[in-house]
Amino acid sequence: MNNVNIHYRDTEPQRTHREKHLAWFSLRNLCASASLWWILIVALFAFPAFAKEAAPLAQDETVEKRMVDISSELRCLVCQNESLSGSHAELANDLRREIRTLIRDGKSDSEIMEFMTNRYGDFVRYRPPLKGTTLLLWFGPALFLVGGFAVLVLYLRRRNKAITNVPLSEIEQRQADRLLNAKEPQQ
Amino acid sequence: MNRFLWPLIGFVALVILLAVGLNLNPRDVPSPLVGKPAPLFSLAKLDAPEQNFSPKDLLGKVWLLNVWSTWCVSCRQEHPVLVEMAKSKTVTLIGLNYKEVRGDGELDADKIAPDAEMKLALQRSNAWLNKHGNPYNLSVLDLDGRVGIDYGVYGVPETYVIDKAGVIRMKHTGPISPDDFSGKILPLVVELNK
Repeated sequence: MNNVNIHYRDTEPQRTHREKHLAWFSLRNLCASASLWWILIVALFAFPAFAKEAAPLAQDETVEKRMVDISSELRCLVCQNESLSGSHAELANDLRREIRTLIRDGKSDSEIMEFMTNRYGDFVRYRPPLKGTTLLLWFGPALFLVGGFAVLVLYLRRRNKAITNVPLSEIEQRQADRLLNAKEPQQ
Repeated sequence: MNRFLWPLIGFVALVILLAVGLNLNPRDVPSPLVGKPAPLFSLAKLDAPEQNFSPKDLLGKVWLLNVWSTWCVSCRQEHPVLVEMAKSKTVTLIGLNYKEVRGDGELDADKIAPDAEMKLALQRSNAWLNKHGNPYNLSVLDLDGRVGIDYGVYGVPETYVIDKAGVIRMKHTGPISPDDFSGKILPLVVELNK
């Protein structure tokens, strides 16, 4: 299985390049000479190439897409701030290969996630599951927000009470009146 | 007084939270395998590649599984501790040689044929053990790292303590220091042996 994978990893980019090259080649000749001979020759060369190689590529593309989708949800444990899909670490390579094998074996996304968490723990998931030990992680921020609001409301209420409960004395009232009735504000 | 007391308490609490949080080792990822049966495998022995070793062979014994490799720099660091430990014969030590050829960044593993890989791995790891001393009761070769994945290995060296029933009781990541051994591993082994 490993050999197959290494082989695949090695040849895949070359294959796509050759295909593009062939397609481009056939189009150019069609436009330039428009000779039936050329079309025939190009078609003869191009069609077997497509017929033989396009099928596994298309199949691999769906596997590859699923692999990328799954692995971008996973943390690379070697370089912890990178996802498994973006990491160049040796282990990330191995794990991506493992995910490809699991996909080809017909495992579902959740089965693959389980495979990973059984070995590396919830820490590998960028979105940890909701359970007893992660309650604080999930609801901690909301808890802080509610707590902050409660403190704010309590503080404001207490302050309002403290302010309304102080009446002015007679002297203060007179001083206030004088200030309020002054014609020009003092510079 | 009260006006300044609460912000001060809040500040101190924040400092404590950050001090604890920042002093945690992010590499110290808790293993979900602790308390679970050690994953089974069957791999070629380093001293006798035609024979295989399986964790089943050690049921009824307390043993350590130490993941190592000749290209691993930290393994050199912990190696004297393992050699010293082996002298005292307190516990069975099994080595899991992890990706001896493929893990070495200086070799292009894709260009090495499978049987040549086995030969090269044997040659390299035996030479290394001859040079630095062999603390292992036996070592096995995990050429492609598949067993490593089953054990949740994400760096070398790593060490697992496995009890008589074949259950993983502890995982230590990184090199074992003399303090790690005498303070953490040895007491656990002694307790499990009771």
